[in-house]
Amino acid sequence: MKLKKTVLLGAIIAGLLGSSLASANEEQFIGLPSYRVGPYAAGGSGLFGGWIDYMQLVNERDGGVNGVKLSWEECETEYNNARGVECYERLKKKGSTGNSVFQPVSTGITYSVLEKVAQDKIPMVTIGYGRTDAADGRVFPWVFPMITTYWSQASAIVNYMGQKEGGMDKLKGKKIGLLYHDSAYGKESHAIMDKLAAKHGFEVIKIAVAHPGNEQQSQWLQIRQAKPDYVVLWGWGVMNPTAIKAAAKTGFPREKLIGVWWSGAEEDTIPAGPAAKGFVAAGFNVAGANYPVIADIKKHVYGKNKGNMEDKTRVGSVYYNRGVVHGIITVEAIRKAQEKYGKGKALTGEQVRWGFENLNLDDARLKALGATGFLPPLKITCADHEGPGKVKFQQWDGNQWKVITDWVDSDRPLVRGMIEESAAAYAKEKGIKPRDCSKES
Amino acid sequence: MLYREAGQFKATYAEDSQIFPIRQDRIGFWVLMLVFGVAVPLLTNEYWLKAILIPVLIFSLAAIGLNILTGYAGQLSLGSAAFMAVGAFAAYNFILRIEGMPFLVALVLAGVTAALVGILFGLPSLRIKGFYLAVATLAAQFFIVWALVKFPWFSNNSSSGVVTAQDVTILGYTFSTPEAKYVLTFLIVAFMALLAKNMVRSSTGRAWMAVRDMDVAAQVIGFRLMRTKLLAFAVSSFYCGVAGALYAYTYIGTVEPEGFNLDLSFKILFMIIIGGVGSIMGSFLGAAFIVLLPIFLDNFVPMIFGDALGAGFVSNFQLIVFGGLIIFFLIVEPHGLARLWQIAKEKLRLWPFPH
Repeated sequence: MKLKKTVLLGAIIAGLLGSSLASANEEQFIGLPSYRVGPYAAGGSGLFGGWIDYMQLVNERDGGVNGVKLSWEECETEYNNARGVECYERLKKKGSTGNSVFQPVSTGITYSVLEKVAQDKIPMVTIGYGRTDAADGRVFPWVFPMITTYWSQASAIVNYMGQKEGGMDKLKGKKIGLLYHDSAYGKESHAIMDKLAAKHGFEVIKIAVAHPGNEQQSQWLQIRQAKPDYVVLWGWGVMNPTAIKAAAKTGFPREKLIGVWWSGAEEDTIPAGPAAKGFVAAGFNVAGANYPVIADIKKHVYGKNKGNMEDKTRVGSVYYNRGVVHGIITVEAIRKAQEKYGKGKALTGEQVRWGFENLNLDDARLKALGATGFLPPLKITCADHEGPGKVKFQQWDGNQWKVITDWVDSDRPLVRGMIEESAAAYAKEKGIKPRDCSKES
Repeated sequence: MLYREAGQFKATYAEDSQIFPIRQDRIGFWVLMLVFGVAVPLLTNEYWLKAILIPVLIFSLAAIGLNILTGYAGQLSLGSAAFMAVGAFAAYNFILRIEGMPFLVALVLAGVTAALVGILFGLPSLRIKGFYLAVATLAAQFFIVWALVKFPWFSNNSSSGVVTAQDVTILGYTFSTPEAKYVLTFLIVAFMALLAKNMVRSSTGRAWMAVRDMDVAAQVIGFRLMRTKLLAFAVSSFYCGVAGALYAYTYIGTVEPEGFNLDLSFKILFMIIIGGVGSIMGSFLGAAFIVLLPIFLDNFVPMIFGDALGAGFVSNFQLIVFGGLIIFFLIVEPHGLARLWQIAKEKLRLWPFPH
């Protein structure tokens, strides 16, 4: 009994002091601020599951990145800013070289640690959320809102509508409803939609839905009266299936209801039942298990019973695949950084940051990774921390998501102009002198 | 044996009415102040300061605020987080819009702004009581967060509604290191806690307690209900407002209205319930308990179960344990941790020879 107590006490102390039992081999530590409880748990468990599975795949199949095994530790944030900051501080010194990258998967936590990451020299990657103007890498060297931002997405959605109508000029005089989550996240769409409306001559009807959004009678009455040609669903959580069901009830065609990437997962459509059939959503990653990378995960990770997902049917779902995208980008940045700072070595956050900034996932590389068409080709530069800004559109056929377009571009000059304007204002407010990118190597 | 007051005579009124009448308590208090004011910032690391000690202090301050209103004046409130939001955004706007605004003045003004808003939402307390009042303050919670999102002026037209706190500079010194921020927070919280302690011991506090125990009787013996209740709302909101400003400036660094949602209000309410309703010290104990326990469980639970169970289960299990412990504490000691401390003190006075 006494021995048991001593052992237990020892274990507690060891745990509190952090994982002091680090192995002698080179290991690259990645801290995962995950959330598996609370209102966002459905997304969090899928995303972090996919991410962990991909890192497990790299360890199992390739023996790590050039022999450097990946190690990770989860820290539960509950999607709460204060807990997220605690996790950030807890994880940042772990591993032999500290945390190599912080990806909070929460806009609130992103803002909370935005200035801390620059001080601690840890890159922060925010894929499809976070602070949009951080895409200007001259002002935000440590933040990477990769693949695409909310503004690019809004622009890509309008471009998709243009394609459907047979030309951007056909959008003139059209009415587009914007059904948004009444929060900072939802309001992120306003400025860009107003600009696009002015440019293409359509009218935007903004309709707010109060959190959580499980009651949308009056909003859909408004939509019925205004008769918009399209409705953009900028929603989250229970608001999405409710909107889809309300659209069905009001007789609004689901093909004209277009969701953003936080509105377009299985978790949004399955609860809506048959009403969701035909619903279209944007995504910077696609759903589906018929990609070589997912097949490899099934073979090497689930085959050895090391998978992270409790519900294996979710492998290949939208959120799971989004986690795999997080994994691919993290691992490839580490690989890139090793080319410069030494293969087979564990790297510091500062070195990994260089890897992110020089990341180039072209078609050939994506093919080698078994992820062609899984995410868009991605090239990051010193000035541009966003990359392609492209999305694919998927349609729910009643059972699963079907990809219906190729990668749809956003209006790059317009979006980039807004990003630079906003970043310059931030730099002025904070007294930051933007980097000169011609001097970066 | 050591904790005995024999031989300590009170010869003056001042000695009789001091906060810690027993000498050992006074020594203990100063030791505690030295430990947390001097030793802790010198000895602990960044993680402890930034992630644990600063939030515990700030939430203690918010809990004191709610305790004044709920514990002393007996008015149940579910809007504490919203008053914190008022304080945070008010401090941001005062510093942003008034050139050369000193930080401490901005902090006081933030508190005053929160107090004014608090008085406004405290008006219904003159007519309604108990759970009905709780629902009225719930309106404050939703209205204030909604207003901060709705009107972009509050966040200086930030597209996402998130504001970044400016640097904290007092007399030309910028508080940028975690140690400096901790000491600043510590001093402010200690000062305000002392103020609160004295307030509740004075006629103001007695008026609150009289209203809490029976407001008709209090009115009959001459307390003006409106003044007393609204003063409680004002002081409580002032404390919450300052806590909110500190939350923005010395802790998180950025604030968004959604950060101050109903969950946070409930959390502060749990702090005073666990710590002890109607006790300044209980506010500190409760805040420490509510902030530290989840972090402790997050470290502790995975260690026991390791990888044997899924990560999702571990996260959910923490919540179950957290809830279970709260119920356990409330059954064992319904008056909170502060009462446990009091019992321990009483036992200690007799130790080692109890009757």
